[in-house]
Amino acid sequence: MSIRIDRDKCIGCGRCGIVCPGTLIHTDADGKAYMKYPKDCWGCTSCLKECPAAAIRFYLGADIGGRGSALHTEKQGDILRWIIEHPDGSVTVIPVNQKESNQY
Amino acid sequence: MNTEILRTDILIIGGGTAGCWAAITAAEQSDADILICEKAHIRRSGCLAAGVNALNAYITGGKTPQDYVDYAEQDAAGIVRHDLLLSFSERLNSVTEKLERLGLVILKDKDGNYVSRGWRNIKINGENIKPLLADAVSKFPHVTVRNRVCITDLAVKDNRVCGAFGIGIENGTFYVIRANAVLIASGGAAGLYKPNHPGFSRHKMWYPPFNTGAGYAMGIRHGAEMTTFEMRFIALRCKDTIAPTGTLAQGVGAKQINANGEVYEQKYGLTTSERVYGTVCENIEGRGPCCLRTVGITPEQDDSLLKAYLNMAPSQTLKWIERGKMPSEENVGIEGTEPYIVGGHTASGFWVDAGRAATITGLYAAGDAAGGAPQKYVTGALAEGEIAAESMLRFVQENRPAPLDEAEIAAHQAEVTQFLSGDAGSDTTEALEEAMQTVMDTYAGGIGTHYRYSDASLQTADARIRAIEQRTAKLHADDFQSLMYIYELRERLTVCRAVIAHLRARKETRWHCFAEHTDYPQRDDAQWKCYINSRMENGEIRTFRRELTQGGGRNEHPDRP
Ligand SMILES: Cc1cc2nc3c(=O)[nH]c(=O)nc-3n(C[C@H](O)[C@H](O)[C@H](O)COP(=O)(O)OP(=O)(O)OC[C@H]3O[C@@H](n4cnc5c(N)ncnc54)[C@H](O)[C@@H]3O)c2cc1C
Ligand code: SF4
Ligand code: SF4
Repeated sequence: MSIRIDRDKCIGCGRCGIVCPGTLIHTDADGKAYMKYPKDCWGCTSCLKECPAAAIRFYLGADIGGRGSALHTEKQGDILRWIIEHPDGSVTVIPVNQKESNQY
Repeated sequence: MNTEILRTDILIIGGGTAGCWAAITAAEQSDADILICEKAHIRRSGCLAAGVNALNAYITGGKTPQDYVDYAEQDAAGIVRHDLLLSFSERLNSVTEKLERLGLVILKDKDGNYVSRGWRNIKINGENIKPLLADAVSKFPHVTVRNRVCITDLAVKDNRVCGAFGIGIENGTFYVIRANAVLIASGGAAGLYKPNHPGFSRHKMWYPPFNTGAGYAMGIRHGAEMTTFEMRFIALRCKDTIAPTGTLAQGVGAKQINANGEVYEQKYGLTTSERVYGTVCENIEGRGPCCLRTVGITPEQDDSLLKAYLNMAPSQTLKWIERGKMPSEENVGIEGTEPYIVGGHTASGFWVDAGRAATITGLYAAGDAAGGAPQKYVTGALAEGEIAAESMLRFVQENRPAPLDEAEIAAHQAEVTQFLSGDAGSDTTEALEEAMQTVMDTYAGGIGTHYRYSDASLQTADARIRAIEQRTAKLHADDFQSLMYIYELRERLTVCRAVIAHLRARKETRWHCFAEHTDYPQRDDAQWKCYINSRMENGEIRTFRRELTQGGGRNEHPDRP
């Protein structure tokens, strides 16, 4: 499990690197973010929720049963849209209203 | 290398749950200078980074703080401090209301009462709980936050704390911090034992892998008294994703079942450790794999679960979606994690008085760092942050700061320089960390031995951990982040030694899995219904017993009025 960053989408704002609780994301010479320590990711998804350019994808490694789908988020007001892209090109979207409590 | 000297009245090590709350409390009640040093960034650091599922500690209508104390005592088979449990329990509801004022979404019924899950648990949307705390901290001009400053040691002279040392992992700076009072709020310790998935997903663990037991290690090194390190915490979690199971067990009433479909939980008991133990036993006896029985729940429940997990453990939702099997269609596999040391769940940590003062003058501990009071969770950590802040304010009013020893500053600086210079030897930090985790797994009761150990295996563990500790002196760091990794490894090794010493000392099995001694498989109240405490003296960890003090008193710290 880890994240990957799409270099073309990254606008170099640095926010992912700031919030990562493990200081795992660094910035390269062009000011773009890159994942320096892929095996040290905790999977908290803080970085993707922070990214204004939807440039970060979160995935499960094969060792924990991952099957190649990737997760990112987009924020629209109070709605956090969790978007899962599958290897066959299909997409699942789960909108979560952040003003609503968990039912469980 | 730059050196920066900072001065403050109150230094808070770790801007997590307890640390942020302590800063807010102290700032509201005084104009003292408060400095938070946080190794990451307070917006998303520590346990709360991903968000939390519920507030697990709250006193609902008709129940009292004493009920919470009784519950925690029973779950820990008696080894708790009643005074500490009661004082945080009394504040659980007020900190919750304050959290709500800061913006936390809490579910309410039509009469405006919080909706509970059981009698001590309330429903929230906890995804943004950490940003809310960070925003609240930023409102106070007299609170300074230094992000990406990792504290590596305390400065202590004649059992009086005078400050701390740290490294700026982004700016390559060596920090010397002079402080009157210091709060250890650096959380518990993960990464001591080989994790469930030691390969690519090695950090897919329950407890944050970035909480490395720094605070414990600093306290141990300077001779602070510690308690109950033998009561390790092992979480029962969803297989692979290590996501919480409470949401399934309490939320949709899913029972633990074995491969034959039999509900086995009643057979072993329902305390936190017994739930793990039952699962381990079923597996050993060939009735695994074990699951939570979710098949048959409704599609609406599926939908709520997908969302609830996104708010705290998104991997689990991703897994369900990726597999194309919802919990209503396939039971959720469960497993025990590797052991952690975490004073907010079990009772390990600093031995503190009612005001959360440690046995080193001027030093305080709160949250997962503080011992004696299990089942704290988020709200208990906040309550302890509050109590510690109030005590520290009294302390700084009554005491002048103690001077920091120049020789000690020079020694710490020389150590940093030495790790950064020199050549890389044959050992790497990563290799030694792996070696440590393997030793702990094999000889000190990790997943590999079903959490079991013996006198003989612990003796081996101790010898091997010491040998690894020796080798850390020759490690090399290319930059300040690798330097932080060296310090983290050393912290973990110190904590490992304390864990081993405590496991050796408690010659009984009081909590299955948490402390499963194969030479002494029975619980022995006559001899062991006591605290096991420890103190490092001349480089050796000496363990000793303290009598349990039974209820009623407001302060059960035997050495302090
Ligand atoms: C995944 C997970 C889910 C949980 N879910 C729930 C839940 O749903 N409900 C509930 O009530 N409780 C939950 N808990 C428990 C609760 O979150 C914790 O008990 C509580 O947050 C601990 O607070 P703390 O302040 O002790 O530690 P933390 O909040 O982790 O704070 C420790 C801080 O110290 C920093 N730090 C560490 N070392 C250093 C150093 N050397 N120098 C500087 N800074 C340092 C860390 O980066 C971190 O910010 C959960 C815990 C985890 C791990
Ligand atoms: S998911 Fe969390 S731990 Fe992993 S890179 Fe992003 S912020 Fe860091
Ligand atoms: S948050 Fe997104 S856009 Fe900003 S640096 Fe990170 S990847 Fe790039």
